[in-house]
Amino acid sequence: MAGRSAAIIGRIAQAVPVIIGVVVISFILTRALPGDPAVQFAGLAATPESIEQVRVKLGLDKPMPEQFLIYVGQLAHGDLGQSIATGRPVAEELASRLPASLELTLVALVLSCIIAIPLGVLAATRQGTWVDQLCRILVTAGVSLPTFFTGLVLIYVFYYLLGWAPSPLGRLDFVFIEPDRVTGFYLIDAALAGDWETWTGALKQLILPAITLALFTLAPIARMTRASMLSALSADYVRTAKAAGLGSRQVLFTYAFRNALLPVVTTLGMVFSFVLGANVLVEKVFAWPGIGSYAVEALVASDYAAVQGFVLTMALLFVVLNLIIDLAYSTIDPRFGTGAR
Amino acid sequence: MLSVKDFAVSFRTRRGDVDAVKGISFELAKGERLGIVGESGSGKSVTSYALMRILDANGRIKAGDAIYSGIDLRRASEGEMRDIRGREISMIFQNPRAALNPIRKVGHQIEDVLRRHNQASGHDARDKAIAALEAVKINDAEKRYDAYPFELSGGMCQRIVIAIALACDPKLLIADEPTTGLDITTQKVVMDLVDDLVRARGMSSILITHDLGLASDYCDRIVVMKDGVIVEEGPPQELFSNPQHPYTRKLVDATPRRNATIRSLLPEDERRPLEPHTVSTTPLLEVLNLRKTYAGKSGPVHAVKGVSFTVHKGESVGLVGESGCGKSTTSSMLARLFDPTSGQILFKGQDIAEMPAAGFARNPLRGRIQMVFQDATDSLNPRHTARQSIAEPLKRMSDLRGKALEARVEELAHLTGLPPHLLDRFPHQLSGGQKARVGIARAIAPEPDFLILDEPTAALDVSIQAVVLNLLADLRARLGMSYLFVSHDLNVVRLLCDRVIVMKGGEVVEAGPAQQVMDNPQHPYTRELLSAAPQPPERQNAA
Amino acid sequence: MATVLDAPTASAQPPKMAQPAAVKSGALAHTLYVLRENPVTALSFGMFAFFIASAVIGPYVVPYDPLATNSAMSLKPPSLAHWFGTDNLGRDVFSRVIVATRLDLIISVAAVALSFVIGSFIGAISGYRGGWLDTVMNRGLDIIMAFPLFVLAMGIVAALGNSVANIIYATAIINIPFYARLVRAEVNIRREAGFTQAAKIAGNSDARVLAFHIFPNALPPMMVQVSLNLGWAILNAAGLSFIGLGVRPPTPEWGIMVAEGANYIVSGEWWLAVFPGLWLMLAVFTFNLMGDGLRDIVDPRRRT
Repeated sequence: MAGRSAAIIGRIAQAVPVIIGVVVISFILTRALPGDPAVQFAGLAATPESIEQVRVKLGLDKPMPEQFLIYVGQLAHGDLGQSIATGRPVAEELASRLPASLELTLVALVLSCIIAIPLGVLAATRQGTWVDQLCRILVTAGVSLPTFFTGLVLIYVFYYLLGWAPSPLGRLDFVFIEPDRVTGFYLIDAALAGDWETWTGALKQLILPAITLALFTLAPIARMTRASMLSALSADYVRTAKAAGLGSRQVLFTYAFRNALLPVVTTLGMVFSFVLGANVLVEKVFAWPGIGSYAVEALVASDYAAVQGFVLTMALLFVVLNLIIDLAYSTIDPRFGTGAR
Repeated sequence: MLSVKDFAVSFRTRRGDVDAVKGISFELAKGERLGIVGESGSGKSVTSYALMRILDANGRIKAGDAIYSGIDLRRASEGEMRDIRGREISMIFQNPRAALNPIRKVGHQIEDVLRRHNQASGHDARDKAIAALEAVKINDAEKRYDAYPFELSGGMCQRIVIAIALACDPKLLIADEPTTGLDITTQKVVMDLVDDLVRARGMSSILITHDLGLASDYCDRIVVMKDGVIVEEGPPQELFSNPQHPYTRKLVDATPRRNATIRSLLPEDERRPLEPHTVSTTPLLEVLNLRKTYAGKSGPVHAVKGVSFTVHKGESVGLVGESGCGKSTTSSMLARLFDPTSGQILFKGQDIAEMPAAGFARNPLRGRIQMVFQDATDSLNPRHTARQSIAEPLKRMSDLRGKALEARVEELAHLTGLPPHLLDRFPHQLSGGQKARVGIARAIAPEPDFLILDEPTAALDVSIQAVVLNLLADLRARLGMSYLFVSHDLNVVRLLCDRVIVMKGGEVVEAGPAQQVMDNPQHPYTRELLSAAPQPPERQNAA
Repeated sequence: MATVLDAPTASAQPPKMAQPAAVKSGALAHTLYVLRENPVTALSFGMFAFFIASAVIGPYVVPYDPLATNSAMSLKPPSLAHWFGTDNLGRDVFSRVIVATRLDLIISVAAVALSFVIGSFIGAISGYRGGWLDTVMNRGLDIIMAFPLFVLAMGIVAALGNSVANIIYATAIINIPFYARLVRAEVNIRREAGFTQAAKIAGNSDARVLAFHIFPNALPPMMVQVSLNLGWAILNAAGLSFIGLGVRPPTPEWGIMVAEGANYIVSGEWWLAVFPGLWLMLAVFTFNLMGDGLRDIVDPRRRT
């Protein structure tokens, strides 16, 4: 259908103003810094002359619009500035740490979907039973748990008390050697190298932080699944399907579940927002060498280029994820972009 | 073929069990067409869901038997029921668009049923599904196979629902309000189609409807239900000519017929003589070449294409047409809810079309033109009591305050027959008829000269429609208002109106005195509308 | 249900005299009814009262000075003298947890109030007016929503500077889109509703229709949002201080206390982090439970 593809192109085009807005806001955040960035960059032993030199070098003496154009120009070259703390380009450091964050996030998200969606479906089909009660408790408790607190409790129980989990320090215990970098995802790289010991080691390190994040994201997904499944099950088309004698599995999956999935997919966008934020906290708790802990270290060191680079990267990542979600949505909903809802 | 005996259904609610069906019995012979007629809450739909065993989780069959061709429908296992549904007994529903899976191709939805009942396998399912579409007279069935419900019209969706129901050649078809929400001409087409198919295949059918007239057109025998019990049954002719039960009599009276008068809709003992209303020759409202064009997605949409008419002082004019004909757009422009694209609306000689709708609330003419809305539930603020709703226009547009305001609200309640103790209730605590009265009381509060009635009875049961129409007739005589009665139903409009305007596609196709348009319609569309309306038999002993 | 015909014979009550008073006492009775009917709601309101009491009188009744250090008493497990134990500087954890309530509640309530007011205003206008104004506002909100919210809050606090006020602003900004979207949707579906048109016909100007007829009807779903957001706001503020933004030590605040205690978890001194974490969790839990109850209270349709 021509209308469909036009709608999909329209959706992709919609991301453009959002990206521009994101860039503008991160520029504003950079310039709204308390204190004078030139003083920061010039270092402790700076004289007024050296500060002025830095100011000119950074282009901070130019008018704002021009500064913005320079900023955009740098972005276009993938230049996010230099980290004061490490002296390395921010973009490079973020790129090397991104796979760690993505691996954690995706494993956690898959984990929570695997648990939350069946749980929500069961709770909806067995309304009022113990499954439903369990779902309600998990949902209410899940949104109330501060992720950093859950992480600490898990560490206390599974590392300190039971000794089941390895020490919560990073992606891999020091006895293992990092697998050769192909994707940057240790689980994939180790599997590609056929090094199953490292693979198990990486998995062990991953389990606790992934569970921590998954517990947090479980609640919104399970709640949305339950609610949308309930409304789909009471919809007229399910009654039609039942009245036509269709089997309960077909009614449940082809008719109710596929329709119920639509709002759940939409909710995933919100969940991604939560999970990317919570990532920062979980990475700090588990000393996970991702971009979140990089940002926390940068905050402590007042390393603003690094913090702003992190904020921008996260926003762009989120925009892309949302785009993917909407495109996935368009494949399951034939009404996408037609205005008929 | 189907024998129902002492059948009772109850629902578990927070306040204990509620009996929806209280022990009903009826028989259905092979090839017979049965109608179950009742107003909302009579238990007619619940009966059909219970027979199919597709009640909600909190409903259950409490007592009685339902035997279909030797099978005990109450005690059959869920697996047996699944084989019966769609294969032996099928069902079609109201609101056809919602009754179809919105994200599955209609062809696949038909195939699902065919495969479930082993009527088709992988290689011939598509052909059989297309054949099923052709059976319900869908043109270009090959192409429609790949359509999604949102791409089809309401009438077309209902055909698909019928195709699904009849795909496996069931012996019994249950149709639950199959045409509610469809236009009257579409209703006729759909009902004729169902009737032809049922007769051609020698099936039995049960038509569940609130419309006694529709049931009398398409059924051999009618069962009348009220509050979960059957009060009367018999052939339509007999029911209409000689209703035995008082409720049947009331229902028969309230069903609009060709020769009915507005008072004859009421039960005989309530028919006080109608006070005549006087129509002057002074025009109150002159509409000249009114147009409204919207910017649509694919070019401009011409909702109203140059409409002109006049309403005289004290006159009632009916504006009739089907959905999308522009009648609601026209009435909203006259009510000054939004601005016309061009044209004049002369009210007492002043062109109110020139006064922007946005500021019309502060115009002294605001109180002269009032409106009663279609859905009484929707038109009352859920957070306001009846008293607050009725007082609202008085607070905005009069100086009445305190005791005087209270007195006026109670006077209005009295005038519209609303018991004073209901004034402090919220809309959800009132019945449909009571809400309609609140809506009317609010509209007449500023003593308007011109009252627009936008399908004021469309959401009401017929017996309450009869009461509300009579209330409107009495108020007109007492207060000397002019009415513009907007409706899809010529039979109802005729009862209240002196003159009728028929609209189609944004244009007036016919206008004239009500009786003349009814008896001698000039335009083919008016004739179509008239012939599409159900023609219930006359009640012989009616006064 | 009584039909229109038998209504006049229904039990006749004397018409109520003073109408506003009647409505008000009805609201109070309704609140009590909701609380009685749903024990979970009653429990959550009880817990809320406890947190409010902690915030108001907590600093005056706690057994120890939350800032007083005592190196002789450092890292003692919970005991009768120190219910929640002591921290690495010998400060009483219980006193610190209770005193922290005030700061955490102030942050969340102030942030939610700000976003409620601004978001409602934007959403109501945008939903009622539609057109280009709506489009512009929506795009603006899209851009805020394009950031992972906690990350945006980090960026804002980092840029504006480490202070409690900036935490409040950051939390308010990231919550505005939720209110704006919700109000916009609620207003939008009622823009063409019968009672809206009826209100116009009754002589209400657009502003009056929006403020007195449409907006109050959006309140029930908003109450759920407010209560959920109070929880989020606390989590958000605690998360920010956990990573060293906003509130600074030695000020007692739940997030910082968990962060400080985190280092002692691996050596077994669990009470430093667990009690402030538990309190944080309870507070969020309370707000989440309150949502449905609040909605039932502001929704007249729940009155029977």
